[in-house]
Amino acid sequence: MANISTLNTTAAGFDAVSSRLASGPSGRKPRRMLSTRNIVLYGTLTVAALYYLLPLYVMVVTSLKGMPEVRLGNIFSPPMEITFEPWVKAWAQACTGLNCDGLSRGFWNSVRILVPSVVVSIAVASVSGYALANWRFKGAELFFSILIIGAFIPYQVMIYPIVIVLRELGIYGTLTGLVIVHTIFGMPILTLLFRNYFASLPVELFKAARIDGAGFWQIYFRIMLPMSLPIFVVAMILQVTGIWNDFLFGVVFTRPDTYPMTVQLNNIVNSVQGVKEYNVNMAATLLTGAVPLIVYFLSGRLFVRGIAAGAVKG
Amino acid sequence: MHNMVSIGKQSSVSIRDLSLSFGSVKVLENLNLDIRDGEFLVLLGSSGCGKSTLLNCIAGLLEPTEGQIFIKDRNVTWEEPKDRGIGMVFQSYALYPQMTVEKNLSFGLQVAKVPKEEIDRRVARAAGILQIEPLLKRKPAELSGGQRQRVAIGRALVRDVDVFLFDEPLSNLDAKLRSELRVEIKRLHQSLKNTMIYVTHDQIEALTLADRIAIMKSGVIQQLDDPVIIYNRPRNRFVAGFIGSPSMNFLTGELVDEGGRIVFRTNDVSFSLDGYDASGPLRAGRKVILGVRPEHIKVDGDIQGGEVHEAVVDIEEPMGADNLLWLKHAGHTMSVRIGGARRYAVGTRVRLAFDMTMASLFDAETEDRI
Amino acid sequence: MAAHAPTGRPNQLFRNLNAKIASIPMMLVALVIFLGGTLWTVFYSFTNSRLLPRLNFVGLDQYERLWASSRWIISIQNLAIYGILSLIFSLVIGFLLAALMDQKIRFENAFRTIFLYPFALSFIVTGLVWQWVLNPEFGIQSVIRSLGWTSFAFDPLYDPDIVIYGILIAALWQGTGLVMCLMLAGLRGIDEDIWKAARVDGIPMWKTYLLIIIPMMRPVFITTLVIIASGIVKVYDLVVAQTSGGPGNASEVPAKYVYDYMFQAQNLGQGFAASTMMLLTVAIIVVPWAYLEFGGRKRG
Repeated sequence: MANISTLNTTAAGFDAVSSRLASGPSGRKPRRMLSTRNIVLYGTLTVAALYYLLPLYVMVVTSLKGMPEVRLGNIFSPPMEITFEPWVKAWAQACTGLNCDGLSRGFWNSVRILVPSVVVSIAVASVSGYALANWRFKGAELFFSILIIGAFIPYQVMIYPIVIVLRELGIYGTLTGLVIVHTIFGMPILTLLFRNYFASLPVELFKAARIDGAGFWQIYFRIMLPMSLPIFVVAMILQVTGIWNDFLFGVVFTRPDTYPMTVQLNNIVNSVQGVKEYNVNMAATLLTGAVPLIVYFLSGRLFVRGIAAGAVKG
Repeated sequence: MHNMVSIGKQSSVSIRDLSLSFGSVKVLENLNLDIRDGEFLVLLGSSGCGKSTLLNCIAGLLEPTEGQIFIKDRNVTWEEPKDRGIGMVFQSYALYPQMTVEKNLSFGLQVAKVPKEEIDRRVARAAGILQIEPLLKRKPAELSGGQRQRVAIGRALVRDVDVFLFDEPLSNLDAKLRSELRVEIKRLHQSLKNTMIYVTHDQIEALTLADRIAIMKSGVIQQLDDPVIIYNRPRNRFVAGFIGSPSMNFLTGELVDEGGRIVFRTNDVSFSLDGYDASGPLRAGRKVILGVRPEHIKVDGDIQGGEVHEAVVDIEEPMGADNLLWLKHAGHTMSVRIGGARRYAVGTRVRLAFDMTMASLFDAETEDRI
Repeated sequence: MAAHAPTGRPNQLFRNLNAKIASIPMMLVALVIFLGGTLWTVFYSFTNSRLLPRLNFVGLDQYERLWASSRWIISIQNLAIYGILSLIFSLVIGFLLAALMDQKIRFENAFRTIFLYPFALSFIVTGLVWQWVLNPEFGIQSVIRSLGWTSFAFDPLYDPDIVIYGILIAALWQGTGLVMCLMLAGLRGIDEDIWKAARVDGIPMWKTYLLIIIPMMRPVFITTLVIIASGIVKVYDLVVAQTSGGPGNASEVPAKYVYDYMFQAQNLGQGFAASTMMLLTVAIIVVPWAYLEFGGRKRG
């Protein structure tokens, strides 16, 4: 056995003489870039991606063509002459059967609906979630369970009673009424979201604050809120997307001149008599989808987390 | 002159010039290792030293950037794990949660289309060796940690493999269970006599289980020897400091010539090096580190020869069977192990002597033993 | 009260008063809207309310008329076909995509963005987009024909027999991205060592997925199933935008039936009866699941 001290450190305990590599496989197994595995993997993913991207492509392309070109037939071909006229028309001149102001009216209606709805629904749900997480009282869990069960009940079952309540309160058809409706139906998921989040914060913080003498609202504003930015962002993304995209409540609880963009869009495309201006329709559709899409692209990861969180019901 | 034939005769597993890099990070560097047939080899080191990476390479779960792996004379560098004749036990055991113990053991064999009678025979045999017959119909969730480990070992047993690989199997257990299962693994090795490669960061496991230990740091094997040699003749300062608890005392200083003899000098105090087994001639002027284990420093009545010095007691740490005494001398504080019955007050002056036959000298720059 | 509380402790009702006050919205909504509203609707489904609710009890009359209505039958049939296929295809496609994405591929973020963006769109937008793509004059049919297959016929939106499949395609386009995300999260939660153990045991990839991984993902599958199922019953916007229920009544769905009768045909009674039926359908799915999930847990 060779004297240990004469060996170098990297070949400890091994006879240096027979360190030459034997012939045969050595190092990395050769892998072709174009292996079957890679082809199947990336191929399938690319085909799937095409299925998902195609409609978007078609929409964009159609919205940039003049009508004569659209009538030529091939929806997949890029425009020979790019024109933004359909966009202008969709925004400012499209007719909904009531007026010809274009989608801009619906856009601002949606904005007017969106902002207060998001603010109120998140405010109410976050406080409720906070109360459930930190201030348990008898019966709280029961109400929460009813809330969660309510998330599964089809909206149609509860819609008419709400109409009656709003009518009695005199706010049926007003913006306030719609904001309340969005708050009501956003409550189950949002309260769950906030409750779980607040429950995951270290309880020592809460206890320390109580010992310091802080009360319910003080703790909420001074301690909980500053630590909750991530969950508020997630809640906002969920609500902005959900409320902007809403159709059912928009059509039941508003009057024609306060229709949100989605309702207007449907009217423009589906109830116009006569010649269908496909390019304008496509531009209008894109305009309506633009806001949530932008929110989605900007928030990427957070959006996914929000969906997953919202999806963890019960 | 050795030739390729020597690889097969004694070695069960051989690693040749193995390197692995993740991008620009070198995790394993030019490793060479021969593991003997039936040997229990422990890969020891702290996290990040590459021991698990090496094990995964041997298993075939990771691809080396360069180098070759031989198992029982076969070059398995490009083989799939299932074709290498290895069985593996994971830290989390990785038992299939939905299947009963019996199914866990037989699943791999079923997939390989082994005939049913053969499967039953092997499962029964493994269950007998590991004494898990009463557990066969249970699911992993119903088993204790120790039982799960045995099932995990059983999974490798039924496949009749040559080499068993263990990836820190005891790290998730509490101390008591750990020592129980340690003994079981040792018994298993004695009865099965298979080659076993075992990864751990716990030096107690390494010292008690291994036939040989390979201590690793930064992807390089620092020393490969049986536990006693590693303990008594560490090849470098890292190994000396890693093995042994409480750890070795290190004194930095230099070698000087005093009246024709070479002595170790630190902070103007000289220590005789009589009895030290050096690997070559000692030269004056060399900066060195002297390493002595707490049990090799003798105090007062225990002194049986060697140069005597005087020191002052700084702190006493009673540990039951032993006491750990911290002494101040020559500008250093060193720990000394004495019997638990003897007590010393702080500030007491004591006599001490180093047992130089058990000491180690390391070059201050290369940190190698000299 | 004071005689029974010698320590002078305040009445339980006033503990955490602030919290209780702050929870009033939640309590109101839960009791009045969810519980109360549902009961009210069910109650009034036994009346013959027309334009306005009327306390004129007619027993099961509304239900008899409901089930005698061919439009309702069609809507139920559509819901069944749409529901079952949507469930199966969502899970299969979603899982397949997730399994592919789990392979440590490059461009993972890009692919995920592409698969998920339709989910950010309104059902109205989705419906209109696919109305356009499936348009026989300009859409897929005409394109394939212009490529040479002149007898190719794919005109779901004007063919009563297969219109529901046109809706299905659109719904899958919108919803599978979410299923994929959920499945991917579930896949990523699987202990790495299980994959290694299966590999060492020599188990082929597809068997590992089928017999080991998927059974381990049971909770994720169930959650996803419940989410998809609750969305299926509510399908409304999509149909309104894509086909308006047409051609004729061929793509009618219960949610649309309810809305049309409640707010347009001035027949509240029918609307209530139909929505109660919808409630029953949901209950049949959710109640057993809830019992399994929570009843089991309380016992164990």
